[in-house]
Amino acid sequence: MALRYRVRFPAAVLAVIGAATFQLLIPRFLGGAIDHAASMLAAAGGEDATLIAAAKSALLGSALMVLGTAIMRGVFTLAHNYLAESIGQSFGYELRLSFFEKLQRLSFSYHDRIHSGDLITRGMLDIEGVRRFIESGVMRLFQLAVLIGLGAYLYMGQDLILGALCVSFVPFALWRGVVFRLRVRALWREFQERMSVLTRIMEENLAGIRVVRAFAAQKHEMQKFDDWQQRTLAPAIDMVRVRYFNTSMMTFSYFVAMGLVLWFGGLRVIDGQITVGELTQFLVFMTVLQMPVRQVGMVINGYARASVSGARMFEILDLEPAIRDRQGAPALKIGAAALAFENVSFSYQGFASEHTVEGITFAIEAGQTLGIVGPPGSGKSTIAHLIPRFYDVTGGRITIDGQDIREVTLDSLRAQVGVVQQDTFLFKTEVRENVCYGEPGAEDDRVVEAADTAQLHDYVAGLPEGYDTLVGERGLSLSGGQRQRLSIARSVLLTPRIIVFDDSTAAIDAGTELRIRESLKELNRSRATIIISHRLSSLMHADEILFLEEGRIVERGSHAELLAQQGPHLGRYRRLFDLQMGLARDNAHAR
Amino acid sequence: MPDNALPDPVAAKPAATPRKHAARAGEEIFAKAIDPRVVARFFGFLRPYRFMIVISIVAVLVFTLTQIAVPLVIRYVIDKALPAAAGGLAARGNAVHLLGLAVGGFFAVALVNYASNYCQQTWVAVTAERVLIDMRRAMYSHLQQVSLSFMDRTQVGQLMSRLQGDVGALQEFLESSIFAIGDLALLIGIIIVLLAMDAELGLLTLSVVPILVLVRAIWLPAAKRAFLRARETSSIVNSALAENINGVRTVQEMSREGFNFAAFREKAAENYRTHLRATRLAQVMVPTVDTLTGAAMAIVILVGGNRVLEGTLEVGVVVAFLFYVQRFFDPIRSLTMQYSVMQQATASGQRIFEVLDVPVDLKDRPGAIDLMKSRNPGEGTVEFRNVTFGYVAGLPILKNVSFSVAPGETVALVGPTGSGKTSTMALLHRFYDVWEGQVLIGGRDVRDLQQESLGRHIAMVLQEPFLFTGSVIDNIRYREALASREVVERAARAVGAHDFIARLPQGYDTVLGQRGVNLSIGQRQLLSFARAIVADAGILILDEATASVDSFTERAIQTALEKTLVGRTGLIIAHRLATIRGADRIIVLQEGRIVEQGTHAQLLAMGGLYHRLHAMNVASFDDLPANRH
Repeated sequence: MALRYRVRFPAAVLAVIGAATFQLLIPRFLGGAIDHAASMLAAAGGEDATLIAAAKSALLGSALMVLGTAIMRGVFTLAHNYLAESIGQSFGYELRLSFFEKLQRLSFSYHDRIHSGDLITRGMLDIEGVRRFIESGVMRLFQLAVLIGLGAYLYMGQDLILGALCVSFVPFALWRGVVFRLRVRALWREFQERMSVLTRIMEENLAGIRVVRAFAAQKHEMQKFDDWQQRTLAPAIDMVRVRYFNTSMMTFSYFVAMGLVLWFGGLRVIDGQITVGELTQFLVFMTVLQMPVRQVGMVINGYARASVSGARMFEILDLEPAIRDRQGAPALKIGAAALAFENVSFSYQGFASEHTVEGITFAIEAGQTLGIVGPPGSGKSTIAHLIPRFYDVTGGRITIDGQDIREVTLDSLRAQVGVVQQDTFLFKTEVRENVCYGEPGAEDDRVVEAADTAQLHDYVAGLPEGYDTLVGERGLSLSGGQRQRLSIARSVLLTPRIIVFDDSTAAIDAGTELRIRESLKELNRSRATIIISHRLSSLMHADEILFLEEGRIVERGSHAELLAQQGPHLGRYRRLFDLQMGLARDNAHAR
Repeated sequence: MPDNALPDPVAAKPAATPRKHAARAGEEIFAKAIDPRVVARFFGFLRPYRFMIVISIVAVLVFTLTQIAVPLVIRYVIDKALPAAAGGLAARGNAVHLLGLAVGGFFAVALVNYASNYCQQTWVAVTAERVLIDMRRAMYSHLQQVSLSFMDRTQVGQLMSRLQGDVGALQEFLESSIFAIGDLALLIGIIIVLLAMDAELGLLTLSVVPILVLVRAIWLPAAKRAFLRARETSSIVNSALAENINGVRTVQEMSREGFNFAAFREKAAENYRTHLRATRLAQVMVPTVDTLTGAAMAIVILVGGNRVLEGTLEVGVVVAFLFYVQRFFDPIRSLTMQYSVMQQATASGQRIFEVLDVPVDLKDRPGAIDLMKSRNPGEGTVEFRNVTFGYVAGLPILKNVSFSVAPGETVALVGPTGSGKTSTMALLHRFYDVWEGQVLIGGRDVRDLQQESLGRHIAMVLQEPFLFTGSVIDNIRYREALASREVVERAARAVGAHDFIARLPQGYDTVLGQRGVNLSIGQRQLLSFARAIVADAGILILDEATASVDSFTERAIQTALEKTLVGRTGLIIAHRLATIRGADRIIVLQEGRIVEQGTHAQLLAMGGLYHRLHAMNVASFDDLPANRH
């Protein structure tokens, strides 16, 4: 750290030393002044006018020195505090940026495992904890060390025994400090962990309040909440006890030392070995140490917090994104947009073997459409997520125009691949910004065109503020179907050469979907399209349809071919079709 | 009802000019210092701890007294004990004796200081911790009761910041106010002691105080603006971070990483700048206070010293003055800081009490009936009697809707988007109260029933499946926490979820990620379906529960549903007509009115809206060669 703040750090160190020096000079001048007043009084009995005049001018001198020293101490303290804060803020700024950078790059598999609330807590509270410790803790500890070290040197030089007595509480205070640090760190971690569970419980309860109400589960939820509140209370109270037990011990040891100084110093004054002024000097020196002694508790507390927070931060900063560009990877060269899966297999690490896909092989290129159907969990979305490398295949390979997608840069790959997801995340900004999220600042007519393609334009244009309407948190809430259409518009705007619709029309009624498909027809000539859907009407025009079950392709072919398939293990597609067609027949009968 | 919508604490709404925006947010962060209403209610939360608070204050005062006593002991040593030594050996003995007494007294003070210090800090902190817990609990438990229309309008993040940030601010306030009493006592004590020791020197020394107060009065508004701005930029940075974390998948899909990073860096840099500016302003006070301390000490030396020379003042008094002067500014500093803590706490208090003040519109009426206690066959009857209802005054969603469902009957609701299907279901569960008319279950108005028993009598599968962090089995037996594994498994099998659950690494004990992120939406729907089956309720409501599952699974569910619905009343909403074909009766809603009713065949024969909807939903099949007539 010292290296990164080449100017500020040494400057702060100098400022600390300067402030400490002036701080330590004050007792000297005060003691001197007392001596002037007292000794003159004793020597002359208040009679000798010249001596009194001399004493008066000496007093004036002392007074001015004290004032000057106090001002200098203030200036140096200001410099030190400011530099410390500036270092702390720079550190926080950089930490914040690297955290942000890192979590944007961490792959889906990481984000699947970690709770978003946990990441947010780290990004907010933990960064703050570390920053604050750097800013006030590190420098304050240093300041304390300089004050005690320099003070002990100066005052022990003047009077070994009294000087030693002044700092005699330091070893004891250090011991308490170490004990405190060890205990509070463990407690702090425990507290933090329990608090994050409590946070999650509250957050889920509020987000899922409809389920809670629908199942009349308020009592159950309150129990869960009370239970975890109590669990956070226990370490919180323990922390308080440990903290104040140790800090009041420290203060007590400080006062004991002061009492000893008073005792031995008093005896020496009685024996005429030192003056009252000198005794005053040592006593005032002790008051200089009082503030730092009180702050030690705070610093240690801050340290405990920062070390737990720091560990949590670095846990993330040290992660290597599982998916990143290979060294010197070229950009994807796109030609016919020929996408090929060659015997691809994949399983999510550590979770849900049922998400696994195996032996997936297919090829499509611009102008062609591939349809994928299958029961939930059969691996349809997994296939969609492999194409833009949200996850890397664990076997086989995926190529685009002959290039393995792991061998090209992520940016160039994702620029050519669009995935329209089932879930649409809305950012809290205008509709316009949400539509051109992938290409900030896209021209208005392109935004309108994309929205029109997704059959969203009429709705948006009808809003009072049109494309400037705010959506997302606190904005307009869109229905599931509208969100899906927005998601389609978002992807269409980017004109990817390969586009995957991942059940992205489930909440859109069939009529609207038909219109979307019509308007996409023209565009689809120049791109490869993959449609994942439960609705056969969405994908039966595809050049090839894959029927997935438990991660494997169990039937494949065009709509007509699949309908013609016979055999004991075949015919799933046909049965599915019949099931959905049954409606149409009824309809026909009714007519 | 928008009157009880919460104003947002961070106020990120666009404003005419940035200045104005800052000013407005400022008013919300720093409210006026004291709102008596907030104070009064805050005291309500303190009542259970009044004994602890009183003895805490006593400890604080004792602690303050020991702080004031220390310089007095030193003064005694210098003025009484040490001079006693002048005049021979016997005098020395006397002096040592006096010194011994004084030091003994000092140790006694130190001991009392130690005990009171530990007690005051611990008691205050523990009490504040408990008050925090109580306030959070009050808010949370209130949120479990308030109407869903309030929850619909309010963002989870906003409530969370109240449950965490704002209660924290009040906790801090409670702690610092009790210590502020100590500070005030210290200040008054020092002033009294100074004036008592020597009125003239005391007054002269105290003359620096008005200067400090004046300087701070000039400084405070400027500093406050800077602090505010710094806080504001912090909340901007944090909300940008939160949004990016929540939308990280979209960010990566759209390759927005670079753009977002640049935007975030700008915000972080602004945050850095504003914090440094706030620091500069805060630190200006340091040399100011030091200069004034220096001046006060100089006055003591000069005036006190001269008085000593004149023989009108004892040296020990001067020493004691010097001690007091060094401690003098601490309480002034913390007391002026207390003011802004108080302002923040008032703002937080207002936000907390705003939540607590949201009326609970849907309360159990006194003597409300427990539906579960009188289970008889009639409880399955559902009736809507001339129901009119909406979310916004003047804009009814349902208009004079009447229908009834016999026990054991299954009725489907269909209609275009916005026709009021979901609202109908919500009313049955009394998520909201009707404007006009009545909703009856088993012949009793739902407003006469205990809500809890209503919840146990009705099981719902909601449009958006919501799963809790926890194991699969706990999610399925969410309401019947004691349901056996067999029951859970049977339900899972019935909806066709058993196979995929069994394939999870720990089967039914597999812990799901946040909201079940590691399951597909279709699978989440299946789990929420199984949850409703385990709930074993008399009335089952399905709100487009199977939109994301394939037709096979849907048919499996259909079969399960038919079995489950035997002896139960069922209400089903669906876009897909396959889901509702098994219904005994279909009700067609349009713009909040019932336009058609009857069986599938009857409705098709009518050739009305149902017929049109039906045709539209399968329209895409029309261009199929197989289906061409």
